[in-house]
Amino acid sequence: MTKDAVQLSLPGFDQAFGHWRTEYQQQIENNHTIRNRSGIEINPLYTSRDWDGERYLSDLAFPGQYPYTRGIYPTMHRGRTWTQRQLIGLGTPEDYNRRVRDILDRGATAISLLPCNSGFRGIDCDEVDPVLLGTCGTVVNTSDHMDRALEGVALGKISTAMNDPSPFTLLAFTLSVAKKRGIPWATISGTSNQSDYLSHFIANHMFYRLSLPGSRRMLLDHIDFCRQHVPSWNPVSVVGQHMQQAGATPAQTMGFTLSTALQYAQDCIERGMDIDLILRRFTFFFDISISFFEEIAKFRAGRRIWARLARERLGAKNPASWRFKFHGQTSGVDLTEQQPLNNIARVTAQAIAGILSGLQSMHTDAYDEATSTPTAESARIAVATQNILREEAHLCDVIDPLGGSYYIETLTDQMEEEIEAIIKRIDAAGGMYKAAESGLVQTMIGESALTFQEQIETGQQKVVGVNCYQDDEDVRSIKATERPDLARMKEHVRRFTAYKEQRSQDDVRRGLDSIARAANSPSVNIYAKVVEAAELGVTHGEIVSCLRRELGFGQPLIVA
Amino acid sequence: MNDNSRLDPPARVLVTKIGLDGHDRGSRIVAAYLRDAGMEVIYTPPWQTIEGVVKLATEEDVDVIGLSSLATDHLIIPQFLVALRNAGLDHIAVVVGGIIPDDERPSLIEAGVKGIFGPGSLRATIVDQVAETARKARQLRNASLWESIR
Repeated sequence: MTKDAVQLSLPGFDQAFGHWRTEYQQQIENNHTIRNRSGIEINPLYTSRDWDGERYLSDLAFPGQYPYTRGIYPTMHRGRTWTQRQLIGLGTPEDYNRRVRDILDRGATAISLLPCNSGFRGIDCDEVDPVLLGTCGTVVNTSDHMDRALEGVALGKISTAMNDPSPFTLLAFTLSVAKKRGIPWATISGTSNQSDYLSHFIANHMFYRLSLPGSRRMLLDHIDFCRQHVPSWNPVSVVGQHMQQAGATPAQTMGFTLSTALQYAQDCIERGMDIDLILRRFTFFFDISISFFEEIAKFRAGRRIWARLARERLGAKNPASWRFKFHGQTSGVDLTEQQPLNNIARVTAQAIAGILSGLQSMHTDAYDEATSTPTAESARIAVATQNILREEAHLCDVIDPLGGSYYIETLTDQMEEEIEAIIKRIDAAGGMYKAAESGLVQTMIGESALTFQEQIETGQQKVVGVNCYQDDEDVRSIKATERPDLARMKEHVRRFTAYKEQRSQDDVRRGLDSIARAANSPSVNIYAKVVEAAELGVTHGEIVSCLRRELGFGQPLIVA
Repeated sequence: MNDNSRLDPPARVLVTKIGLDGHDRGSRIVAAYLRDAGMEVIYTPPWQTIEGVVKLATEEDVDVIGLSSLATDHLIIPQFLVALRNAGLDHIAVVVGGIIPDDERPSLIEAGVKGIFGPGSLRATIVDQVAETARKARQLRNASLWESIR
């Protein structure tokens, strides 16, 4: 239907609309402009004048149909709800193993592994003050550690998401364990989370350790290796979460993330890989902020833009390559230290936004995450929040339940416009790699972070308990923070040192030499050599320092 | 902001991170706030060593060191304060920003930390308290200088 036709079919529309507008303007007390976090002006009312369904088939279509605005599968949450994937990882491999077996005993079908921060820095446990070890993740430095961490876990049946940045040693250790146990690599499934080196370079300096060109090659070798030897593994998770946590607006985040995915896809094409074999294994990872409708529009627009980019720009022919599969994590930035139980309400609102956006997997934050790693109780409430929303709130009865709302569709179109403008800007800068190298993206994020903080400072953005509704008697129960047992951790380090002395030093030299040689011959897959080294007993720190030597170390580019 | 608390010459503040954590949104924003309030800010990227920060504090002759910790690096702050004392830099005040669990705050204060700014701390609070901390640190410094001349 054309716009004229809609209005013809509604006699008196203009008159009634005009009447409402007059009354609204007479009665509204504080008629100030409202903008969402992405800077889009929000009207008090949306009607068929804003969105009339004229482009339903080309812009929305049906679930499972290109461009997938309403969802990437025909059944969506009616068929299968999202995967609940909570992050776990603390202490020694034995501590982790106890935790993971407990979760599996309770019926979990997927697990995650979060390594110690020392691993993210590229160093082994014997190089760190033991007080810091295992406080934010598990200490896994060797295949032997991984074997102990995964004792009794049916590798090949359980999907594993690992926070495993370049050079992907955790997967290498896992493959080594699988080989030892006689489990074929083709059955190993899961995701290399934190494989997106550009997002680390730009916005999360936790992980950054190889030079940019080195990281670029490492990721491509990893993708190529997985394609050939671990075909059920998702080697790439493109991360928007870091950038939004660092201050990017939701539209900027989506724009930067899709530009990053384009960069990786184009790099794969240049390597001669078949794009249809690669894109189906791309996954995305985003923050879900409390800006409710904006987040929903962000995800709907993102799905549509990615489908079009994959098909039209990258030339992918298989629909599996066009589908935008994403994991959402409720945003920690929105949580407050003040009145911490209020965070349960915030996480609930964020999670509803994620569910209504049609996500494939979700992590809900615990209410105490603004002050510490979650306790057993707060972690249970976070999982229960998902269960209540799924089982009690009837959120999954209808696919894309907000589709067709004048507001949501208009906002989806407007967010799409914003996101596409950002992708254009990154294209003009030569693509995401160059835009990260030059600091353009970092500057844009830094500006947005300051603007948002200013809005909180001035009270333009209200935060309950922070700049309004402060409670003088903010009673908090002071709980004991769970820290790894220091004696056990020291014993773990002692065993590690002994292990390093006892293993075959010839094997270690051989493993590291072949990594170094591969680093200097572009036609050899370095990641294949990393996996071999892991099997020979070489440690995470040894692999990373060898690669740093050969490929260069990069300091994060700080733009103040 | 209370302009009377402004020092002349201006307060010198080192904003940095020690240990393993790399989350730097907070330290960057706070550095910008202090700079905009007229303080001289020395900012470093994350991942500094304790020895490195002590050396930098000596060279830059700062009044205050702001340590940001979002992922348990606060557990080594008591060691940092010992290193600062051993280097004869007792006069420098140390404040901490970021995620410090309630039950672990007292040990930081006992170790000598002069202020802790958690998530949700507002600009005015941070700027005022750092300015006041710097003023006291400068007084202490000057007093000990006079002492040594005499």
